[in-house]
Amino acid sequence: MPLLDIRNLHATVDGTEILKGIDLVIQPGEVHAVMGPNGSGKSTLSYVLTGREGYRVTAGEVLYRGRDLLAMAPEERAREGIFLAFQYPVEIPGVVGMTFLRAAVNAVRKHRGQDALDAMQFVKLARQKARDLEMDEEMLKRSVNTGFSGGEKKRFETLQMALLEPSLIMLDEMDSGLDIDALRLVADAVQRMRSTERGMLVITHYQRILSLLPPDRVHILSAGRIIQSGDRTLAEELERTGYGAFQERAA
Amino acid sequence: MTRRTALKSAPEPAVTSLLTRHEVLARHLPGLNSRWLAECRTAALARFQEAGLPGRQVEEWRYTPLGALAGIAFQPARLSPAAEVHALPTAILPLDGCRLMMVNGGLDAALCDLGRLPKGLQVHSLAHVLNTHPERLEPWLATSAAGPMADLNSASFHDGVLIHLAAGTVAETPLHLVSVGVAVDHPVDFHPRVVVVLEDEARATLVESHCGVVDQPYFSNGVVEIYLGRNAHLTHVKLQDEAPEGWHVASHAVDLAEGAAYHATVLHTGGRLARHQVRVRLRGPHAEARLDGAYLVDGIAQVDDTIVIDHEAPHCRSRQLWKGVLDGKGRGVFQGKVRVARAAQKTDAYQLSRALLLSPQAEADGKPELEIYADDVKCGHGSAVGALDDAALFYLTSRGIGRAEARRILMEAFVAEVIDGVEEPAVREALAGLVRRRLGGMG
Repeated sequence: MPLLDIRNLHATVDGTEILKGIDLVIQPGEVHAVMGPNGSGKSTLSYVLTGREGYRVTAGEVLYRGRDLLAMAPEERAREGIFLAFQYPVEIPGVVGMTFLRAAVNAVRKHRGQDALDAMQFVKLARQKARDLEMDEEMLKRSVNTGFSGGEKKRFETLQMALLEPSLIMLDEMDSGLDIDALRLVADAVQRMRSTERGMLVITHYQRILSLLPPDRVHILSAGRIIQSGDRTLAEELERTGYGAFQERAA
Repeated sequence: MTRRTALKSAPEPAVTSLLTRHEVLARHLPGLNSRWLAECRTAALARFQEAGLPGRQVEEWRYTPLGALAGIAFQPARLSPAAEVHALPTAILPLDGCRLMMVNGGLDAALCDLGRLPKGLQVHSLAHVLNTHPERLEPWLATSAAGPMADLNSASFHDGVLIHLAAGTVAETPLHLVSVGVAVDHPVDFHPRVVVVLEDEARATLVESHCGVVDQPYFSNGVVEIYLGRNAHLTHVKLQDEAPEGWHVASHAVDLAEGAAYHATVLHTGGRLARHQVRVRLRGPHAEARLDGAYLVDGIAQVDDTIVIDHEAPHCRSRQLWKGVLDGKGRGVFQGKVRVARAAQKTDAYQLSRALLLSPQAEADGKPELEIYADDVKCGHGSAVGALDDAALFYLTSRGIGRAEARRILMEAFVAEVIDGVEEPAVREALAGLVRRRLGGMG
């Protein structure tokens, strides 16, 4: 059974159709890249899949492990193993990072029938995962994303991913705001999470992150449709020719 | 406890009852042998009779008129406490240290725990002092609190507390003052009076809690007068957790000498209507006042915080930070006024109030006011009313946190800025716990 099966997905935002019939199948263990110019619908796709308010599905369906994903509330999707690393993680003043992480991890654990972690157990786990990402522990005592640099935000997203152990990981422009060293660190952390059960959807404008996180399939998204799919050489070709050539060909 | 719908006696207007009653009560009020006090009470009574309960036409009371109080047949509070009271204090704020308990405005010695009273700290029943050494109160009592409700208190109070800290004394543990309203058979009113004096260089933490054991409406009309000597430092936490039938009016007057510092945090979690009114006078240079407040209202409750800060001396600093969470038909009012006298150069004053509306019927009103007569000052204000941040809510739920819990986390975070400002860890934790429980039933 596919991990994710998107069929003829149409979606609107404020009455404007952004996704105009997306078909995409991700099998367990596969890494897919969705590439496209600004405004092609990349982020919309990620928000529709995570259930953000204001994104209305007008046609099509999405099956996640054979179940109707679109019928689930955002928190249910997360508990079932869907994770989106946001392009612009929101700042939440007053909510301490450690408290937030524990609430999330315990919500997911409860759903899986596991016992909740107490504060001591959790701090130990979070510290270890933070060290793997070369993250300053002090960051976890601060309010979620508040006053974080672009790089710190991306590391914090990656830390959440490592703690929640999702089955389907979506990365939305993971490389934006990262210098090359930080990008390598984050990409390595994601790469370590690659497994035969997990699937990944890497949403990116640039080919840069794909050299660190080689995809099995590459899809080019333009004006709400996938206009071409191929293996990783497609990303390299795109890097050479630009989106224009593909859009002309599709038209 | 069951609520009794019918009152035994026919209701009569409260003002009339308060005044006619006063003639009878006056004979029993403490300190009548001292002339200054008798004069003070008579003058206050005359002023209150003249003004009456403040209505909408009085600018300061525009959002929170007290006319409705006239429709409740308050009777004098019983001075002996009901048995229920004995179980209550631990249920409010679990704090170690000294505890003072007032029941219907009277200090109840049997319920006080003064075993660990710090050296240099004196605590007395106001009635006792007025009957034995009234002259000790003359420099302090009724010199600063003003307004019709403070006048009603001055005319009516039968007891209260005098807290006195000697010069240079540091009281390490917080002093917890609990005021309980007991109204079981008929509506009651009471008028607790508190005088706090910190001599030069003294430091203390005072925690005030207000609650009720009732099945009838009650009206707590308190006055707190605070005098801080040179470089004295008072941390003052007030919890207003009155019963849903409780009407709570408090008039605070704070007087700061040179270099003194006052940090107050007020948290409203209860009450049918609460008016917390503070006037701060920064009389000496380099004095500092920080007033923080948070309120959580739902149902048909209303909370009003009205602050006036008078910068009378140069180089003083004042801060006000207010946060309100409103649900149902709850109503919140924040009026913060800063007056800077001509002499108060180099004043640094700022106020910020923010309200979070969880329901379309809830309403928050804010009125910041600056009145500046000096020309070299830094004064500012800000206010905002809004709903929960959808982007933040989505972020939390996208990590598996349920919607209800996510909302509670965001509401708690909103209020946290005020609660986190409480320096004493035990008090801070107790307040945070209370906020958490209270928010669990909102939104």
